[in-house]
Amino acid sequence: MSKRAVPWYDLLVTLFKVGFADAVAYRGEMFVWLLATNMPLIMLVLWSAVAAEAPVGRYGQREFAAYFLSTLVVRLLTGAWVVWTMNLEIKNGQLAMRLIRPVHPFWMFAAENVAAWPLRAVMAVPIGVAAVWMVGGQYFTRDLRQWALFPIAVLSAWLLNFSIMLVIGCLAFFWQSSFGAFEVWFRLYIVFSGYVVPVDLFPRVLQDALRYLPFRYLLAFPVETALGTISFTTALHDLARQWLFISLALAVAVVLWQRGVRRYEAFGG
Amino acid sequence: MRYLRLFFIQLKASLLVAMQYRLDFLIDLGLAILATSSALVPLLVLYGDRQTVAGWTWPQALLVVGFFNVLRGILNSVIQPSLQAVVEHIRRGTLDFVLMKPADAQFLVSTARFEVREVTDSLAGVGIIAYALSRLGEWPGPLGVAAAVLIVGCGVMILYSIFILVVGLAFVWVKVDNLSYLFMSLFDAARWPASVFRGAMAWVFTFILPLAVMTTFPALAVMNRLTPAALAQALLVTAVFLTLSRVAWLQCLRRYTSAGG
Repeated sequence: MSKRAVPWYDLLVTLFKVGFADAVAYRGEMFVWLLATNMPLIMLVLWSAVAAEAPVGRYGQREFAAYFLSTLVVRLLTGAWVVWTMNLEIKNGQLAMRLIRPVHPFWMFAAENVAAWPLRAVMAVPIGVAAVWMVGGQYFTRDLRQWALFPIAVLSAWLLNFSIMLVIGCLAFFWQSSFGAFEVWFRLYIVFSGYVVPVDLFPRVLQDALRYLPFRYLLAFPVETALGTISFTTALHDLARQWLFISLALAVAVVLWQRGVRRYEAFGG
Repeated sequence: MRYLRLFFIQLKASLLVAMQYRLDFLIDLGLAILATSSALVPLLVLYGDRQTVAGWTWPQALLVVGFFNVLRGILNSVIQPSLQAVVEHIRRGTLDFVLMKPADAQFLVSTARFEVREVTDSLAGVGIIAYALSRLGEWPGPLGVAAAVLIVGCGVMILYSIFILVVGLAFVWVKVDNLSYLFMSLFDAARWPASVFRGAMAWVFTFILPLAVMTTFPALAVMNRLTPAALAQALLVTAVFLTLSRVAWLQCLRRYTSAGG
């Protein structure tokens, strides 16, 4: 790797600008992608219809509305697509273009994904405001500490999502149909992260087990922080666990990447 | 007759490709089972709480899920891969080679590729339907089965038409991955009995994106509850969609100027 002429933060800012320009250039396309994140809305209609007959657990119609609108906001803000990029570029050789640049590709991927935040926020923030306004403030937490924690929880959830995608993306170095691994992961994520069913409607045993698995830290944890259904102390514990999973995923990703690139270069010849 | 023979030739080519990757087939089978069972979790939670939801009992709702799986399997194995290939053709300009062939272009592109592996999803669906019927303890008469098969056929035709319409957009916009993805995300709502949806959503899912016809109607049919009026509605909707898509396809071909154009 050659000696850099520019400091690393200049590089990151430039990468971010390029990524942002890219996101703006294809804003129509991105808008359709974001529209495809409609599962929480369908689940909202569904569970509301169910709750209209009688509440489910502690969830009446309004609780469900608050829950699934928050889920939608968190999901929009924590989305990443690096696993698709990696899978494609590793297989068709485009990755070589990244390898010759003087920045670790992980930073490039991160910059590309982070660059979409402003556009994603444009969609997510109004939904969030509308949710609080329509459903009623009393269905959300009134603890300012929880609100301070919420953005941190969301950003960490994004980082966890991104890191896990890096791990699965790296599998493409070793395994032809590695994308199947992502599909397995995604199915489990949908069910156990609180995306389609609030986690606290699961049986007690399963709820306890989920505290030791990464899923709830990707979605349910930030959502429950905003709703105030978990206490501040629990939220801090969850944050610690979330970061444990982040460090774990990042460590695995770095190791897999190093081994993978070694193979890749040999393979490309 | 000639088209039938062409159909089998194209199917055989896809089968040969699929059989090269046997491990992948097993992985896909495992994936289908995982996908199917994980999708049942919300239903399980829901029916753990009560007996009926929007008038549907647990085995009845399972029937809808079963038909959803059958249709999704057909969509992912027959419809989606071929039409994805058309989009590729349009992007690269190789659609010209298809247009030159002495057979109907829509037929050729629609049968170009079968992802045989995705059929596992449909098999899982048939399994779920069988289980649900045994739980219901009431088997459909021959008329009910015939109606269900007919309506599943209608559902396939509607899905096919929608995808042809999406491909039509590819002639204009070139990149439509996200549109088919958007459609798939909406199609997911077909997993639930249609009566769950109310208001504007019920209207959309009946007339614009007739999900009710695709999965709720066949479930009603095997429960011997489908009215002749509903059957007529399904046939009518299918006819409208097929006509619309054929007209759109011909229009799009007319304005196709190939890559150099």
